[in-house]
Amino acid sequence: MILDGKCPTGPIETSWDRHRFNMKLVNPANKRKFKIIMVGTGLAGGAGAASLGELGYSVHAFCYQDSARRAHSIAAQGGINAAKNYPNDGDSIYRLFYDTIKGGDFRAREADVWRLAQVSNNIIDQCVAQGVPFARDYAGYLDNRSFGGAQVSRTFYARGQTGQQLLLGAYSALSRQVKAGTVVMHPRTEMLDLVVVDGVARGITVRNLVTGEIESHWGDAVVLATGGYVNVFYLSTNAMGCSVTAAWKAAKKGAFFANPCYTQIHPTCIPQHGEHQSKLTLMSESLRNDGRCWVPKKKEDCEKNPNDIPEADRDYYLERKYPSFGNLAPRDIASRAAKEQCDDDRGVGPGKRGVYLDYASAIGRVGEDKIRERYGNLFEMYEKITDENAYKVPMRIYPAPHYSMGGLWVDYNCMSNVPGLFVLGEANFSVHGANRLGASALMQGLADGYFVIPYTIANYLATVTPGKIKEDHPEFKKSREDVTKQADKLLSINGKKTVSELHRELGKVMWENVGMARSEKSLKEALQRIPELREEFWKNVKVTGTGPEFNQQLENAGRLADFLEFAEVMTRDALHRNESCGGHFRTEFQTEDGEAMRDDENYCYVGAWEFKGVDKEPELHKEPLKFENVKLAVRSYK
Amino acid sequence: MNLTLYVWRQKSPKDKGKMEQYEAKNVSPDQSFLEMLDEVNEDLIKTGRDPIAFDHDCREGICGMCSQVINGQPHGPQDKTTVCQLHMRQFKDGDKIFIEPWRARAFPLVKDLVVDRAALDIIIQAGGYTSCHTGGVADGNALPIGKDAADYAMDAAECIGCGACVASCPNSSAMLFTGAKVSQLAVLPQGEVEAARRVQDMTNAALASGFGNCTNHYECEAACPKGISVSFIAKLNREFLKSLAK
Ligand SMILES: Cc1cc2nc3c(=O)[nH]c(=O)nc-3n(C[C@H](O)[C@H](O)[C@H](O)COP(=O)(O)OP(=O)(O)OC[C@H]3O[C@@H](n4cnc5c(N)ncnc54)[C@H](O)[C@@H]3O)c2cc1C
Ligand code: SF4
Ligand code: FES
Repeated sequence: MILDGKCPTGPIETSWDRHRFNMKLVNPANKRKFKIIMVGTGLAGGAGAASLGELGYSVHAFCYQDSARRAHSIAAQGGINAAKNYPNDGDSIYRLFYDTIKGGDFRAREADVWRLAQVSNNIIDQCVAQGVPFARDYAGYLDNRSFGGAQVSRTFYARGQTGQQLLLGAYSALSRQVKAGTVVMHPRTEMLDLVVVDGVARGITVRNLVTGEIESHWGDAVVLATGGYVNVFYLSTNAMGCSVTAAWKAAKKGAFFANPCYTQIHPTCIPQHGEHQSKLTLMSESLRNDGRCWVPKKKEDCEKNPNDIPEADRDYYLERKYPSFGNLAPRDIASRAAKEQCDDDRGVGPGKRGVYLDYASAIGRVGEDKIRERYGNLFEMYEKITDENAYKVPMRIYPAPHYSMGGLWVDYNCMSNVPGLFVLGEANFSVHGANRLGASALMQGLADGYFVIPYTIANYLATVTPGKIKEDHPEFKKSREDVTKQADKLLSINGKKTVSELHRELGKVMWENVGMARSEKSLKEALQRIPELREEFWKNVKVTGTGPEFNQQLENAGRLADFLEFAEVMTRDALHRNESCGGHFRTEFQTEDGEAMRDDENYCYVGAWEFKGVDKEPELHKEPLKFENVKLAVRSYK
Repeated sequence: MNLTLYVWRQKSPKDKGKMEQYEAKNVSPDQSFLEMLDEVNEDLIKTGRDPIAFDHDCREGICGMCSQVINGQPHGPQDKTTVCQLHMRQFKDGDKIFIEPWRARAFPLVKDLVVDRAALDIIIQAGGYTSCHTGGVADGNALPIGKDAADYAMDAAECIGCGACVASCPNSSAMLFTGAKVSQLAVLPQGEVEAARRVQDMTNAALASGFGNCTNHYECEAACPKGISVSFIAKLNREFLKSLAK
């Protein structure tokens, strides 16, 4: 099937405005009759639920943490982009649009990206009005910094806790609606199924994580804002509870999964220290504004104290390879470059999987106090984890799985191919193409939640009768039975391996074969290993306790069960895409000097996979990508 | 190193809980405290016993989910550090470690070390916001905000909503948490408009939810992993008095 993104045609500058005018509206008096299910209360879901509540819809919002304020958006450090051009350095909506399309290696839709760039400015205004304490200069105006991959300063920030402050802004708006009664919050509640009746999304089935009860909730529309899936690698910068479960359950009910192979490996994370490790910690990309990446030129220097290695024996590999972008080269490029150095046996630290990020010259230039002011909290966090003082010895960093560009397929209205199912934020695939630029995920989450879904959902709701199908429908009953059956099955296996042991094994297979560099051979290896692991899981996992109680092992087992199915589609997508683009690097497709080789003739499309059953091959649908406002070009940062 | 743990186990709110003893063997100093507990749990699962339930998510000190009293101190011995960021190099071979949940009337126990902190959400719902709608707001630079005010607001806004301040307070007061939000918004022009109503509504909500009053013990500041200063409680009190005058 050829998919249609339903993007507006005509001049791109006015596309969103014209589209907004052409969409249907819901009469204000009728809004409260419509019930909207919002799964997720991160930036996308929190902003969406608050805005829809303000409009008068009846919203039910769900999250698995004990409070909406704890979604993983809270962990974002660096900042959020907007095309304000406050510093007068040449930024514009067009430039942000252009940078995002190019940064995504020409694998995103032009219309969606344009809209994102256009509303980016409204986001900053909105957050300021909420009381988000963005950094300011001495005159009292908003401060900006430049961030990976951009040559203008367009990133707004709140110390090293931008995600926290933006999320608390959305959470406060959400709290106001909870108080007003337009939003009902369901914390500690996990969505475990999407209910589809006659091809239309009608509600969800959830597990109450405190009592273990399985319940259903009907809705005239279901919105998923459930975040990303990089915990498929086990070790990542995501929170422990982040999973593909909500999105995957929707995929099993007919929603197409787009570009699952596009995953972002972030260059600046603290290297792994041992086998028992449970997660990896990101050090904000902003660190590369002042830090310089290097490894020893000579292998025998790798064990030495870095401060004893003379300047002439250091290889500042990013500055060498990419003279114009240097240490600010985009993430995919910086990550691969670090891997290359370590593969060449010049890595440092435990297991020699690390490179230095050095502040000595920045401290020499602006002084330690200035560096402390800029990155103090990051240096502190680094010290807590590694017991090393990065003002004195260079930090050690290594790439780690961080973000998923792929996600459920949506059209321009953020609606999936299942009518009534909308997807926002990291959970959809829409704007980042094959690689996301720094400070653009926060922008996308808030754009989708504050400024897109309030309009586009009305266009859909205007065509449906509110409350037509409720929890007494046989499909809801069946869904509850299926969810209960899966939990009972997991609890009955009583095997020998724990959920984390099996998750670690899956993570290893994915990291080694479907990680930073992939080949036909490694991908085929993974396609063999994943079903074996899945089989072992269903025969040999051990989950203690019972269903109707607080049971964290059962939660984790359910999430892993979904990763074990999803991993296969992700690998298949990587195998079918015979090109290298952005975060997807196939070793067979590279130039002589190791740069990614895209194939626009054959792969300039979105690959959206239709689930056909576990152990069955999914079916590929394509949405061709057209570039009318940016010329397709080789993405070079030399 | 090898450690002996005494952990609060309680199957459900109705159950009577008790401390149980566990051995943590071959713990590496580079492990985090929660990774040490993960390993204890792996052993419990393998021997068919119920693992210790505890809240956690980001494991990088920002979500506010983790919540354990370690040797009598909420979030444990290290200054300005959440449980998830605490590393085992803070302990030594042979140590006995006592691990308990947050205890406060407003935080009913769910299981083992997990408590229900919904009361903190209720305080925010009572007024921890500016009442602006999505859309139709002024340009972000329309109102300059002095760097001092912006920095002060940010200092207050760093609160992660963990509830350690409540757990450490002899009165189970939530005034540090409430004061931080009141102060953040009171000092910004966008929040000042509603400052009087906000401070009253939030304080009343805190008392109605079962949190106690502040009698200046200052345990909260010592326990707070984000170093939120008690001066925000003073600011809350000033704002409260100001609001009565209106
Ligand atoms: C460490 C780190 C640093 C980052 N720094 C930056 C940065 O500086 N700038 C930037 O732009 N981006 C950054 N990012 C990326 C960005 O933070 C995320 O992409 C973005 O916040 C995702 O927002 P979201 O709303 O889509 O999802 P999330 O914030 O992950 O929210 C997901 C929500 O869904 C809920 N949920 C999930 N599954 C279920 C289920 N089955 N049932 C019920 N609820 C469910 C969760 O409870 C949660 O409420 C960073 C990411 C990380 C991990
Ligand atoms: S004030 Fe400190 S201790 Fe209290 S909730 Fe906030 S971060 Fe936690
Ligand atoms: S787990 Fe998030 S702060 Fe500790």
